[in-house]
Amino acid sequence: MSDEFNEDDLEHESEEHLATEEAALVAETSEGAQELLPRGEISDLDLRREVGAVLRLPEGNYINPDDIDIERRDDETMIINMGPQHPSTHGVLRLMLELDGETVLRTKPVIGYLHTGMEKTGEELTYVQGSTNVTRMDYLAPLHNELVFSLATEALLDVEMPPRATWIRMLMVELNRVSSHLMWMATNGMDLGSTSMMIYGFREREMVLTFFEKTTGLRMNTNYIRPGGVAADLPDGWRDDIEIICDTVMARTFEYDELLTGQPIFRERTEAVGSLTAEEALALSVTGPILRSTGVPWDLRRTMPYLAYDEIDFDVIVGKYGDNFDRYSVRLNEIRESIKMIRQIADKMPPGDYRVQDRKVTPPPRARIDESMEALIHHFKVFTEGFRVPEGEAYVAIESPRGELGCYLVSDGTSKPYRMHIRGPSFVNLQVLPVLLRGGLMADAVAVISSVDPVMGEVDR
Amino acid sequence: MSTTDDVAAPPAILPEVPRLADRLVDQLAFPHRDRYVEMVQAFRDAGYETCADLCGVDYLTHPGRTLPEGVTPERFEVVVNLLSLSQRRRVRIRVQVPEIDPVVASLVEVYPGVDAMEREAFDMVGIIFTNHPDLTRILMPEDWEGHPLRKDYGVGRVPVQFKEAPGPR
Repeated sequence: MSDEFNEDDLEHESEEHLATEEAALVAETSEGAQELLPRGEISDLDLRREVGAVLRLPEGNYINPDDIDIERRDDETMIINMGPQHPSTHGVLRLMLELDGETVLRTKPVIGYLHTGMEKTGEELTYVQGSTNVTRMDYLAPLHNELVFSLATEALLDVEMPPRATWIRMLMVELNRVSSHLMWMATNGMDLGSTSMMIYGFREREMVLTFFEKTTGLRMNTNYIRPGGVAADLPDGWRDDIEIICDTVMARTFEYDELLTGQPIFRERTEAVGSLTAEEALALSVTGPILRSTGVPWDLRRTMPYLAYDEIDFDVIVGKYGDNFDRYSVRLNEIRESIKMIRQIADKMPPGDYRVQDRKVTPPPRARIDESMEALIHHFKVFTEGFRVPEGEAYVAIESPRGELGCYLVSDGTSKPYRMHIRGPSFVNLQVLPVLLRGGLMADAVAVISSVDPVMGEVDR
Repeated sequence: MSTTDDVAAPPAILPEVPRLADRLVDQLAFPHRDRYVEMVQAFRDAGYETCADLCGVDYLTHPGRTLPEGVTPERFEVVVNLLSLSQRRRVRIRVQVPEIDPVVASLVEVYPGVDAMEREAFDMVGIIFTNHPDLTRILMPEDWEGHPLRKDYGVGRVPVQFKEAPGPR
C-alpha cells in the first residue's frame, strides 16, 4: 500500500535535511580564507609562517624555518573557535586556536564582526559633526578619539588654541586614561578569576564617568572635544570633584596592590606568561603599554609632545620582560602618573576662553544670536554647512590608553573630510596575539588576550 | 635608546625621489611604485624602526591635489607613515597606484606589522599587495562584493518610515 507510513524513510529524510541545514549554516557563517585553515589545506611555507609567528622579524632575530616542527598530523591537533561570542574576548573578537592537547600551536584573530563603516560615515559628515562619529570608535577612551580628530582638523585649519582649551583637553584625556585603565584592571581581574577586582575597578571608574557627565552631559561618547576647542567650560566646583577623584583613586591603587600585585596566585598566572621582546614589538608596530612593558620608553606625550604635555612633570613607566605582569604594572602605575598629572593640570589651569573665538569655526554664544544678525548667520552656517577646511593632508598621532592613536585626514577644501582614516592602536596591537600565545597554555590565552586590552569598537571601526 | 638632543640632520635618502615640503611632517616623499619598497627599506635602514600607519586613499573625485613635479596623479594612493623612535621623526611616503592595475608591492618583508594594515587597505580600497602572505578581507565578510571606501561605492540609505506619520495630503 502506498500510503503506508514508513518510519525509515522519514528518519532518513530528516537526517538529510539536518545535513543540508548544517552545510547552509556553515556556508552562511564561514569567513573562508580569513579563518585559520587545517594543516592539510595550506602549504608548508604558510604553515611555518603561522606556526613560527615570529618568523617574519628582521634578520638576527628570527627562527630558522627548518627548525619549526610541522610534522604533527592533522588528527593530532584540533582547531577551536574562541568567540566571537565569548565573555573573555572583550566584545566580538574571534580567535581560532590550533591546539595540541592544552598547548597552543597557531592562532589567528578573525575580526570585522563589529565593523560599522565609520571611516565611510566620516566622509559623509561635516567636520562639526565628525567628532560625534569618531567618539564611538574606542568606546573606553572616547575623549582621545575626539582629541585626535580635532587636532588633525585644527592642523589643517592652522588655528591657535586658547590655553584654557588646551589644558581642559589635557585634564579630560588624562581622566579618561584613568577610567580606561581602571576598566582594564577590572576586566583583567575578572579574566583571572578575581571578581572583587572587577567590582572595585568599575566602582572607581564610575567616579570619573560621573565627572564626565557633570562636565559634558554624557558618561561616554561625550562629543566634548570638538574642532575649535571644547563644548563647554568646566562646571562650578570642578576643583573639588577632581580633588576627590584623585585622592580616592590614588588611595585605591594601593588597595589593588594588596589585592593583586603581591598575591601568589595572580603572580603565578601573569609572570613569564605571554612574553614579548622589544624587537618583536617594534617590528609588529605595537605601541602603548605593550611596547613600554618590553622596556622601550616610548610615550608620545613625552617623546613627541602635543597639547601642553611638555609643561608638566610625569614619568614614563616601562617594564622589562614584556610579560602579562609587566603590562599589568605599567598600566597600574600609569594610573598613578595620570593622577599626578591631573593634580598639576588642575593647579595650572589658565583662565580665558575654552574655544577659539573665530566665528568661522566656533558658533557664537546663544545670547549673541538674539542681538546680532551676523551672529545668527554664523550660527546657522556652522551647523548646516559646517566650516571649510583648506586643502591638504595631515597625520596627527596621540598617546591613547592603548597606544598610538592616529588620524590621517585628507581635505579637498570642502566642509567634509575627503578621507578620514583612523589608525586604531588595538587594531595593530592585535597582530601580536599569535606571537604571545604561541607555545603557551590554552588556560593562559584568556589572560593574554586581556593583557593586550583590545577594544573591538576601535579594531573594527 | 639614545636621547635626541643633538641629532644631526637626517641623511638624504634617495634624494632624487620627488618631495614636498610639509609643515606637519619631516619628510614627504612621492616615490614611483617601482621604487617604493626600495625607499621604505632605505628609511628602515636609516633608523625608522616602525611603520606607524598604512592606508589607501581613493582620489576619484578629487584629482587636483598638490603633487610635486614629475609625479603623475593616479586614482589610488597608498599612504605610509613611518616613525623613528631613536630620532623622534616621522616621514610620510605616498605612492600613486593606477586604477587599471591597482597593484603595489607589499611591505611585510620590511615591516611585519603592516600585515593587518595592508589587508585593511585591500579590503576597503581594493589595492592589491603582491607578496603579501595572506591577502584576504579583514573587516568585511569573505563573500562581500566591492570595496567600501572607494568613492564610487554608494553609501546606501534606508528611507526612514516614521510611525503613524500623516499620509500624503
